[in-house]
Amino acid sequence: MGDETIKVAILGSGNIGTDLMYKILDCPGSMELALLAGIDPHSEGLARARALGVAASAQGIDAVLEHPEIQIVFDATSARAHVRHAKLLRETGRIAIDLTPAARGPYVVPPVNLRQHLDALNVNLITCGGQATIPLVYAVSRVTPVRYAEIVSTIASRSAGPGTRQNIDEFTFTTAHGLEVIGGAQQGKAIIILNPAEPPILMRNTVYAIPESDFDPAQVRESIESMVAEVQQYVPGYRLKNPPVFDMRDTPWGRKPVVTVLLEVEGAGHFLPPYAGNLDIMTASARRVGEVFAQHLLSRREVLV
Amino acid sequence: MKAPRLTDTTLRDGSHAMRHTFTRQHVRDIVTALDRAGVPVIEVTHGDGLAGSSLQYGFSLTPELDLIAEARAAAERARIAALLLPGIGTRRELKAAVERGVQVLRIATQCTEADISEEHFKMAKDMGLETVGFLMMSHMRPPEFLAEQAALMESYGADCVYVVDSAGAMLPHDAAARVRALKAALRVQVGFHAHNNLGLGIGNTLAALEAGADQIDGCLRGLGAGAGNAATELLAAVLDRLGINPGLDVLALMDAAEYVVAPIMPFQPFPDRDAITIGYAGVYSTFLLHAKRVGEQLGVDPRAILIELGRRQTVAGQEDWILDVALELVRKRGG
Repeated sequence: MGDETIKVAILGSGNIGTDLMYKILDCPGSMELALLAGIDPHSEGLARARALGVAASAQGIDAVLEHPEIQIVFDATSARAHVRHAKLLRETGRIAIDLTPAARGPYVVPPVNLRQHLDALNVNLITCGGQATIPLVYAVSRVTPVRYAEIVSTIASRSAGPGTRQNIDEFTFTTAHGLEVIGGAQQGKAIIILNPAEPPILMRNTVYAIPESDFDPAQVRESIESMVAEVQQYVPGYRLKNPPVFDMRDTPWGRKPVVTVLLEVEGAGHFLPPYAGNLDIMTASARRVGEVFAQHLLSRREVLV
Repeated sequence: MKAPRLTDTTLRDGSHAMRHTFTRQHVRDIVTALDRAGVPVIEVTHGDGLAGSSLQYGFSLTPELDLIAEARAAAERARIAALLLPGIGTRRELKAAVERGVQVLRIATQCTEADISEEHFKMAKDMGLETVGFLMMSHMRPPEFLAEQAALMESYGADCVYVVDSAGAMLPHDAAARVRALKAALRVQVGFHAHNNLGLGIGNTLAALEAGADQIDGCLRGLGAGAGNAATELLAAVLDRLGINPGLDVLALMDAAEYVVAPIMPFQPFPDRDAITIGYAGVYSTFLLHAKRVGEQLGVDPRAILIELGRRQTVAGQEDWILDVALELVRKRGG
């Protein structure tokens, strides 16, 4: 049955959960949003859900557990809450798509490694900087081995909530680790900068990669450009600010050619403002991951029938 | 005015001008000279703080942790400080730096973002360190706003909060007003860190002292980012003439500047046209050498890049935008 869908729920009725709700309603694909669950009965997100005809509950994870037909749960709460949620969701056989830094399941970046983890019950979306930059490091490393990759994510101050601010170290550890395990760099480093300019700046990322040995710049450029096109399919505001730059720099490995990619991420403005590309890329990636899981579940269902 | 505490940051802010090439020998010689001349605190770190070694800012020739260990071994009286910028350095590097002998931790954030430093202050206090908050690019916000951010750092455990003129963009009344606002709002000490881009490194430091600053920074021979900092040996001479010498050996510091630091400097930081532009445009002093390099590569006047970066309200650490702006300027010129 082509018009079958998978029921999904969002945990967390804050900015991220609410933006994700709009994204799924805007383009449901194989998903049907069955529930938005928060813990604050007065949250704006829950009120918005009800106004849009989406079931809403302030009972958090308990509300999700009452609905066995929900097969995929997006968690946009906090790392601490997700640790508890992950266990309960796993025990009841639901797939958890984790937008928090909890990292109970494998890291996924949709165009790079999502297909490898379609049988996982819990996947983690790393960080906003990771979702933005890992595809580009991978785009280089699939053409030529990368000795070292470094990224700088600059986000508007206004788009950095208390969670990011209190856990800024975790951004650097987690993103750097993602550059290595998914991006394919032998060594990764991540830097995050909050910029308070008014009006707020769009999310910006700079990706530096030092290839192991000689490489063909045209091939690297082509690989980067095709990866950008792939990410644009689910994050329309993802674009290069300039074509990749190649120059020679002094490095701990001698004078080496360095690939520099300057990237901008503009949010779709579903619920969050367009400058918050850092939040948009998380919710857009989450929607994409949910869609791919939903299609996978549907294809298995067809096989069983 | 009372005698201030002086922190010498030749081996941290000077790292920018040295393109991060300090060696163990440099550290041993400079720390020994500063220590003997009575400087009580000596900062040793990559210019952009712990873990600053990167493509974005420049790789360290010698690992900073080795330089910190060398400094601690060479210092008999002086305490060793390190700088940490949350977003670049983390609690991991903080712990490693303490293991190598750091006793004072200076934690720097953009002057609007003090609330990203809470965990770092907490850890530093738990480890028994003296802590200093650094509000970078303080010229970008008014005094009352800075006082609120400084109060956050105080609440996290800062023993002192600095007004940091990272762009060397302040005039003396700007420095004084900001220090005065912090003095009125805080119970802990207040410091001032100058850059000399508009030729006001010493003048602004004096204005800060008149406004009640308890701590100030200097670099031997002014060796620091942009046009450099207030020169330590000059500060010593001026403080002495003011009758508020905190115990510095003026002649010994002159010798340290002349015979230890001058011979290893790749150039004398000075308010030349590009450095003046940094102060004039109000951008981060460390952009200087990066803007010169990119400007040369792409045939763009570094001043045009720096002024555009000022217009975009760039902050500390945004060196990657230099290339971005330069490429845009080239495109505009072509089109």
